[in-house]
Amino acid sequence: METINYQNFRIEAENICVDYNGKVALYDANLRLKPGQICGLVGMNGAGKTTFFNALTGFVNISKGKIRINGESVRSAQKDQTIAYVPQNEGIDSQFPISVWDVVMMGRYGSMNIFRSPRESDVQAVKDAIERVDLTDHLSTPIGNLSGGQRKRTFLARAIAQRASILLLDEPFSGVDIRTEKLISELFIEFKNEGKTILLSTHDMIHVREFCDLVLLINKTVVAYGETSEVFTPENITTTFGGISPDFLFGPES
Amino acid sequence: MELCSFLTLDSFITDPLTHDFMRKALLMSSLVAAVCGFLSSYLTLKGWALMGDAVSHSVMPGVVVAYALGLPFSLGAFIFGVGSVALIGFIKQKSRVKEDTVIGLVFTGFFALGIVLVSKIKSNIDLHSILFGSPLGISLSDVKQTIFISLLVVILLSIFRKDLMLYCFDPRHAKTVGINVFFLHYLLLTCLSLAAVVGLQSVGIILVVAMLITPGATAYLLTDKFDNMTVISVLSAIISSLIGIYVSFWFDLETGGSIVLAQTFIFLFAFLFAPRYGIFKLKKLFAGYK
Repeated sequence: METINYQNFRIEAENICVDYNGKVALYDANLRLKPGQICGLVGMNGAGKTTFFNALTGFVNISKGKIRINGESVRSAQKDQTIAYVPQNEGIDSQFPISVWDVVMMGRYGSMNIFRSPRESDVQAVKDAIERVDLTDHLSTPIGNLSGGQRKRTFLARAIAQRASILLLDEPFSGVDIRTEKLISELFIEFKNEGKTILLSTHDMIHVREFCDLVLLINKTVVAYGETSEVFTPENITTTFGGISPDFLFGPES
Repeated sequence: MELCSFLTLDSFITDPLTHDFMRKALLMSSLVAAVCGFLSSYLTLKGWALMGDAVSHSVMPGVVVAYALGLPFSLGAFIFGVGSVALIGFIKQKSRVKEDTVIGLVFTGFFALGIVLVSKIKSNIDLHSILFGSPLGISLSDVKQTIFISLLVVILLSIFRKDLMLYCFDPRHAKTVGINVFFLHYLLLTCLSLAAVVGLQSVGIILVVAMLITPGATAYLLTDKFDNMTVISVLSAIISSLIGIYVSFWFDLETGGSIVLAQTFIFLFAFLFAPRYGIFKLKKLFAGYK
């Protein structure tokens, strides 16, 4: 097991810009995260949250700026299995004929041979990961027969099996049951203690307060970034959400 | 029609086998069916049915030009097949026209170009056999070419079976863990063009898209496991080819059409009686007897 230097940055994004055919989706965005930090990515639909994730994973190319993962390029982070992406439930085809086991095994593909034939260590990693998300009873269940929460846990298990040190989670709490929510929040604490770095997007302001050390408010660019207690203010949130008052967002009690 | 030959099932099956052209047709069509059936599971899951339609039609001018220049027609077909997809991507990216519209206009344009070329280039190209296939009149060089291309596609798909499954299921994850998504995209397109070329021979350009779509759709209704889906898809494609050729022999029907109709009937059967996803869910019917 490699030792973690908690002072080095895991993620460094400097002035990154992403445009799709000339249409700017994200500009001058900065982010720096260290091991063991959990950061919330908050913004409206279309504010560039998914684009930010895509830039970090290398799924889209940045047109300007620089991204360093563990001090190296995104390309070598891909080769090293450094980043795991946990998609939104809506982002995947739930009718795809594939079982829980096969999805989680996909977390190991990047470190397998060209035929993707699992070694004993891959099988063990998949078993362990499935156990951690409490889906051992559903190994061969097709993902189409799972509940939203179970499906979310399947993709979390894939990220665990990958042994990534950075987890990007797109709306991890949307459409999940109470049990899954509890399990995910327990896993977050474990991940944090293992020194993993977590970036999660969410619509839910309560989850930000609960889990996130840091918060990144974006609206095509960074509105505010810093410690949740300092940055997550009604004023900043209002700016992020284009003038909608926080009363509306938080509900009457806050 | 020699109805008396129907008296035994045995002669129904063995009589056609005494003809050389029938043996060749059965062998070739089964091979083509296997290739298209294999590819079909990926196209169904990727949602590329329309892309299959586009590529299979777009190979038309390639076939004509290759014939005119004396090149193997698979080469011409391949260039135009992949070219059409590149053009679709380019127009989509550079204009505000929606993708399905772009696909529709590009492949009909290519197809029309092919038809115009056939009428202009004086050659012995039989338009009818390109459009509707001629599995009963396959030449020896065509046989060799079909075997070569089919093997190539099957080997490629087998090697990258799991990567292609991941690419269809979650390309973002594939990219994140360092798998070459760009390569897989063009691998699938290349296989699609090659399958269209070999499929063209047995069922023709117009119906080859059925070979690329229907078996996968049938299999999708019958299983929740990807590997089983591939096997079912290939088997149903081969079985319908055999049925189609026999039926067309005995009843003197158009062969390509018969093959595709057989596939359609198998699909309808799955649609109605598939254990989990059929309208009448056979499993439930049987459950009553237990």
